[in-house]
Amino acid sequence: METLLLSRIQFGANISFHILFPTITIALGWLLLFFKLRYNVTQDERWMEAYRFWVKVFALTFALGVVSGITMSFQFGTNWPGFMETVGNIAGPLLAYEILTAFFLEAVFLGIMLFGFSRVPGWLHTLATVLVAVGTTLSAFWILVLNSWMHTPAGFEMREGVAHAIDWTAIIFNPSMPYRLTHVLLASGLTISFLMAGLSAFRLLVGDRSGATRLTLKTAVTLAAILIPVQIFVGDLHGLNTLEHQPQKVAAMEGNWETRSNVPLLLFALPNEQTRENEFEVGIPSGASLILTHRSDGDGAVMHPPVAPVFWSFRIMVGVGVLMLLISWFAAWRFWRHGTDTVTRPLLVGLVAMTFSGWVATLAGWYTTEIGRQPWLVDGVLTTAAAVADVPAPMVLSTLLVYLTTYVALTFAYVSLLFYLARKAARGEEIQALTPSSGAAEVQLVPGE
Amino acid sequence: MGFPTEPDVWLPLVFAGLMGLSILIYVMLDGFDLGVGVLTPLATDADKNRMIASIGPFWDANETWLVLAVGLLLVAFPAAHGTILTALYLPVAIMLVGLILRGVAFEFRAKAPAPNKALWNNAFFVGSLMTSLSQGFMLGVYIMGLSWTPATVAFGLLTAVCTTTGYAFIGACWLIIKTDRDLQRKAVRWANITLLGVLIGFVAISLASPIASPRIFEKWFSFPLILALAPLPIMAAGITALLWWALQHLPDEADRYRHVPFVGACGLFALAFAGLAYSFYPFVVPDQLTLYEAASAPESLAIILMGTLVVMPAIACYTALSYVIFRGKARELTYD
Ligand code: HDD
Ligand code: HEM
Ligand code: HEM
Repeated sequence: METLLLSRIQFGANISFHILFPTITIALGWLLLFFKLRYNVTQDERWMEAYRFWVKVFALTFALGVVSGITMSFQFGTNWPGFMETVGNIAGPLLAYEILTAFFLEAVFLGIMLFGFSRVPGWLHTLATVLVAVGTTLSAFWILVLNSWMHTPAGFEMREGVAHAIDWTAIIFNPSMPYRLTHVLLASGLTISFLMAGLSAFRLLVGDRSGATRLTLKTAVTLAAILIPVQIFVGDLHGLNTLEHQPQKVAAMEGNWETRSNVPLLLFALPNEQTRENEFEVGIPSGASLILTHRSDGDGAVMHPPVAPVFWSFRIMVGVGVLMLLISWFAAWRFWRHGTDTVTRPLLVGLVAMTFSGWVATLAGWYTTEIGRQPWLVDGVLTTAAAVADVPAPMVLSTLLVYLTTYVALTFAYVSLLFYLARKAARGEEIQALTPSSGAAEVQLVPGE
Repeated sequence: MGFPTEPDVWLPLVFAGLMGLSILIYVMLDGFDLGVGVLTPLATDADKNRMIASIGPFWDANETWLVLAVGLLLVAFPAAHGTILTALYLPVAIMLVGLILRGVAFEFRAKAPAPNKALWNNAFFVGSLMTSLSQGFMLGVYIMGLSWTPATVAFGLLTAVCTTTGYAFIGACWLIIKTDRDLQRKAVRWANITLLGVLIGFVAISLASPIASPRIFEKWFSFPLILALAPLPIMAAGITALLWWALQHLPDEADRYRHVPFVGACGLFALAFAGLAYSFYPFVVPDQLTLYEAASAPESLAIILMGTLVVMPAIACYTALSYVIFRGKARELTYD
């Protein structure tokens, strides 16, 4: 295999591994804050118990997010030097702002949030929790600005083959940014909702008697039921916006090989890359009623992304979205009618099965987005092939294999550890009443201080 | 010679300074927590817990300095960034895997079922060692002008061992501050031994660099340039003497001088770094690309600089806050 393909696979593997963890932490940070505030207001121990279990999940997930993120920041240099050489004047400041405003904030206050409970006053601990949540959200903001700019570049001009910024407002608020940001943040909320619902359901299945578990189950299901219709609505807007700016991507999502008008809505098809046709289609004529306009790239030729992966990953994402809607609304209706004391076994099993559905939809969504942009790396500005590093293929292959092994092992370890922690908590091994006041008062002094 | 007023002259210089500063802060801060990782096999299981507890609240922020340093290289000197990182492709990958292993081991060793704890302790050690060795190796290959020949690789291996020893040394100095009783005495012993290693390393690298690079030889030994350099080895010798003396007397009764070795170690690191910076200026890619040739457009640098000037002091403040909050001796790590 040649260097370009291997580097693409390696980048895809690294970012896919990275995104698993931020999708959880971005929204979990805010949920932890919610638990903490609920506890402060109600003095209900169950919120504190929920906080203490989920803050462990947060710490674990965050560590994985950080180390995989460090890998990401080296990727540009080791594998895609053409990227920074061409668009560095735009990407550079955005990445720099992410590091300066977000990474340090979250990294420093995470230490205080995790280990400082008994060392700092209650308000400072709450503040640290807020700042960690703000930090993760800010890092999502900056990186999505950059990513969106790669899809819908704006506010720049090319001089001697290098992009120069002319309007930072236009760069930051580029056409796809608001949609992508909203959609990704909602995706994070859904991912954590289903993770929380799934693990809580699992705990109930293995005999957990704790009230906190029912509380997190209910909170998570309610959140999911609220977010999913919004997500579908936003996803639709996102698609319309993409249609305007990257019609070739939407064409691929829809399985249309030619950009034309009056396209049928294809429910199912087998796209064939060789003949550039679908071998089998089930569709509603003109159902999509998408008026796809040709976009000329100078000489009038439209460069198409590969259709099959985009077509399928789009369907996986939407399919999972629909499943999420059905399950969360059914569960919310059950809880509302019958409370959470008598949840039926099939529903619990269903929720456990959906534990990682957010990951599936998120990855599928990103594959749609990123593969749909090919062959461009920055739409209309820089092709992926032009950015790749001149590293010998065997070298890329060797690092790719090492990364893949590490990632498979760590994903396995992470998932098993989550269930191990849930099982342990279900047995009540973690529960030791600890209130913030007792903590703050008893700063254990150590000899020598 | 006044301060240059052309933005395309002083901006690259300022960014080179900022990048150098974050590399220096990185090697001091992550240096101590990597060093603690390298030292763990020497300790008992209970001591391991205390050692790792002593770096628990800090390691994430410490590593962020690496992200900042690479980020600045990436944003300020895009041309150099690609050249350096593709030339160091394999050691970078080894370092990243090492960072991943040790970062996750922090969490997994504390949460995994008891039988797996030893496994994650090993992962923590191996990850720290991989990271330290590969960083040292990269330093060596960089000094040798980023070429891969048997001689440069041999030099890289030498710097790999020296850097790891240096990290172990500053790690031991950190432990002297953060631990007490038996473990503190052990840390003093570790610091004593590794200080010796650091000295040997210093001498070896100082001898090898000018031999390997005619340009460095020129800069070090030609008059009057030699005068500019002279204070560095003299100060280093002074600090080393002080460190050696302090380590013979620690731990002291009231534990009043526990900070001395760590501060001294930071001083040594800073001097070594100043020597390197002096030797390489104005090149970012040794003998190939100067920082002026490699810099981004001034408008983009200016935007970043504005942000940096606002945010850096804030970062300094809350970093200091966290060191104040977690001052004192390390206890068992508890998540609360
Ligand atoms: C929990 C996760 C999740 C769920 C349930 C959905 N999505 Fe999504 N989708 C994402 C998570 C996601 C994502 C990971 O966040 C993506 C990848 C890049 C992006 O902008 O968001 C994405 C991309 C993405 C795109 C690509 C836009 C582009 O590349 O320009 C479209 C058109 C949609 N989504 C539309 C939908 C629709 C119509 C959904 C209805 C069910 C839907 N998404 C559910
Ligand atoms: C938000 C920040 C992101 C940036 C700056 C970014 C940048 C890039 C770059 C530079 C490439 C080119 C290399 C290549 O073609 O393989 C790429 C491709 C790719 N990215 Fe992203 N990406 C981002 C987010 C994501 C996420 C979150 C995912 C998925 C989980 C993802 C999945 C992919 C995939 C699968 C490719 C390969 C596409 C192909 O080569 O056919 N990206 N992206
Ligand atoms: C859509 C894509 C991405 C999102 C939403 C995202 C978000 C985040 C978040 C929230 C964190 C904090 C750690 C955590 O919560 O687990 C993080 C960490 C990190 N990310 Fe990403 N990221 C994305 C892609 C990238 C890319 C393409 C890069 C490469 C430049 C990158 C570099 C990093 C780094 C270096 C860290 C570590 C920060 C630290 O030390 O605290 N991320 N990311």
